[in-house]
Amino acid sequence: MDISPSFFYLFAGFAVAFSLLVVFKKNPVASAFSLVIVFFAFAGIYALLGAHLIAALQILVYAGAIMVLFVFVIMLLNADTPSFDLGRSHWGLRLAAMILCLVAFGLFTWALKESPLPIFRGPFSPEQVDAAGGNTQVLSELMFSEYILPFELTSILLLGAMIGAVAIAKRKEAGNANRNAH
Amino acid sequence: MQTGMPIEPWVVLAFCSAIFSIGLAGVMIRRNILVILMSIELMLNAVNLTFVAYSKILHHMGGQMAVFFIITVAAAESAVGLGLVIAMFRTLKSVDTDDIRLLRE
Repeated sequence: MDISPSFFYLFAGFAVAFSLLVVFKKNPVASAFSLVIVFFAFAGIYALLGAHLIAALQILVYAGAIMVLFVFVIMLLNADTPSFDLGRSHWGLRLAAMILCLVAFGLFTWALKESPLPIFRGPFSPEQVDAAGGNTQVLSELMFSEYILPFELTSILLLGAMIGAVAIAKRKEAGNANRNAH
Repeated sequence: MQTGMPIEPWVVLAFCSAIFSIGLAGVMIRRNILVILMSIELMLNAVNLTFVAYSKILHHMGGQMAVFFIITVAAAESAVGLGLVIAMFRTLKSVDTDDIRLLRE
């Protein structure tokens, strides 16, 4: 692929190192801020691959909205005390998880490397995308023509998720269990 | 502009599977439910990057459209998931998955 190797290895190294920190840090706040750096590294790789709209959405939605939600919940629950849950799990379980993940990594890499690529390609080569007005314009025109049904269904999904999140997180006023507990 | 060897496509895909495996490890070995949700976000991001890489390899925009919808679903998923975390903390006063044993007691 015609992307700059030095920038790719820079972003990939950052992403791998900080995603290991996400998993192995004891403090959830440290995990959350490591995850922000992983999201920014991913946005850089998307921009390298020519997906400019996805890179912008990655920063807006992931590094903006989702991370604010995570940090907000951590602060709200006062759960930013370090948890020693890594050392508490059984060592056999940890070893099995490590081995399983290494096997999964090897299997995915082997499958993705050895699978043959189709010889015919789609109509959107980088030159044609540039001629048609750039990545964002091409993607927007597709979104409102060929993919209009999934796009509209997405709004229903977001409405359902919004109602569901409010219904789940809301304190139940009329619940008998809660009234007895207080 | 290009320095050194160009990137082979499988290198990008191997990077995606590495991030996915790290997220899988996080889901399996951590007990803090917030960190488990963050590991799920890592796995979703790895899959997104696989879609974008194949979109670049195959010169097809369907991959980037799929990533657009996955980002939307991930936002909805984390909103509902964090709502569940708040409900769990209200009931159990803990974010530790080992404390979820209401059915056993």
